[in-house]
Amino acid sequence: MEWTDQGFVLAARRHGEGAAVVQLLTREHGRHAGLVHGGGSASKRALVEPGNRVQSTWRGRLPEHLGRLTLEVERSYAAALMDDPGRLSALAAACVVVETALPEREPHPALFHATEVLLDSLVESADEVWPAVYIRWELGLLGELGFGLDLSSCAVTGQTDDLVFVSPRTGRAVSREAGAPYRDKLLRLPEFMAPAEGAEISVTSVDLHDGMKLTGFFLARHVFAPLNQPLPGARDRLTDLLESLPDLK
Amino acid sequence: MSAPEIDRLIELLAKLPGLGPRSARRVALHLIRRPAQLMAPLADALSSAARAISTCQVCGNVDTADPCRLCANPERDATVICVVEDIADLWAIERTAVHRGRYHVLGGTLSALDGVNPEDLNIAKLVARASAPEVSEVILATNATVAGQTTAHYIMERLAPAGIKVTRIAHGVPVGGELNYLDDGTLTAAMKSRRAL
Repeated sequence: MEWTDQGFVLAARRHGEGAAVVQLLTREHGRHAGLVHGGGSASKRALVEPGNRVQSTWRGRLPEHLGRLTLEVERSYAAALMDDPGRLSALAAACVVVETALPEREPHPALFHATEVLLDSLVESADEVWPAVYIRWELGLLGELGFGLDLSSCAVTGQTDDLVFVSPRTGRAVSREAGAPYRDKLLRLPEFMAPAEGAEISVTSVDLHDGMKLTGFFLARHVFAPLNQPLPGARDRLTDLLESLPDLK
Repeated sequence: MSAPEIDRLIELLAKLPGLGPRSARRVALHLIRRPAQLMAPLADALSSAARAISTCQVCGNVDTADPCRLCANPERDATVICVVEDIADLWAIERTAVHRGRYHVLGGTLSALDGVNPEDLNIAKLVARASAPEVSEVILATNATVAGQTTAHYIMERLAPAGIKVTRIAHGVPVGGELNYLDDGTLTAAMKSRRAL
């Protein structure tokens, strides 16, 4: 068995003295692990840094084997983010959330593409757009895992505009008017997560806080609680850092 | 078939880094052939080291004294603390003799995957040390990895209320390195960390 695919390094755990078991998010083969000879050594450690986009070749006698991976780095995202605590936290949070949440060997090409967009945004977006991209990425991840939120119309009235709440029970959007009596029980839906057509979007730090709370609520309930785990610490640190960001224009 | 004592010796040697069962057998045989010159002194050295070595309660270094010699030495600059991930990093910096201040060993890095949280690291003691009036600078010498830099950023946040100067070591081209052979990540970090001449 052998395949070649593009992937992102999610995590690397040392195995023995020089090797590492590396988890990748690949385009065609989903989250896939493999043994990288020398991946735990000082000279090759940079190869398996989380966030690296790599060209990977997996070889194994049988498909169910762990197999061996050979990697070639195409782009090292982490190197460009080392000085920025917020962006580096977003990269770390994205890697750990995918590594924990995504089932192994289940293809998710859309998630691979979304992750590529997220990492490009972390490196290239000059302004502070990336937090909104990260939250939209988590929204997409929930959808890929089968727990997508329905933010297209109000669950009560069916209207498609003025959607400002999400029901924590159903994950469906609720309009301002219909949700007003239950506002304390509903989650707030920031405008940038379900923008009206043609509307100019502005994102504030309150919106980012609400967005992280919204996706965090459903990730915790549907993904991490069944695994008997809390939300990852890296994501909590990102949430804390986003609180201190200036408002976006 | 060998004696149980020899088997036990081979079994323990095989647990050392760089040694497998075959090389452990070679080492054991080497020791057995030189009982007076090597085996007995090594056994003595191991047992006295195991008895005497402890972790410094101030910085996390290992030494036979507590506080360690680096912390107790009055000639070292007490105003600068260099923060490292591991004792091996402390030894590496100490070899260069470029830092004459104090150290602080974290004992690892933050890692969500391995469940390492701030309270698992030696960070609270660092914050307390940095708050002392004589400390003027903290140098963050964590590795240039995602985990190392995430930890450095976290420490920077924790030290912000103390109002002291926090610096980090430079990342980039190694001495003797040719640009043509450097990986993209190192070059990116080097370009981003460039400085005026």
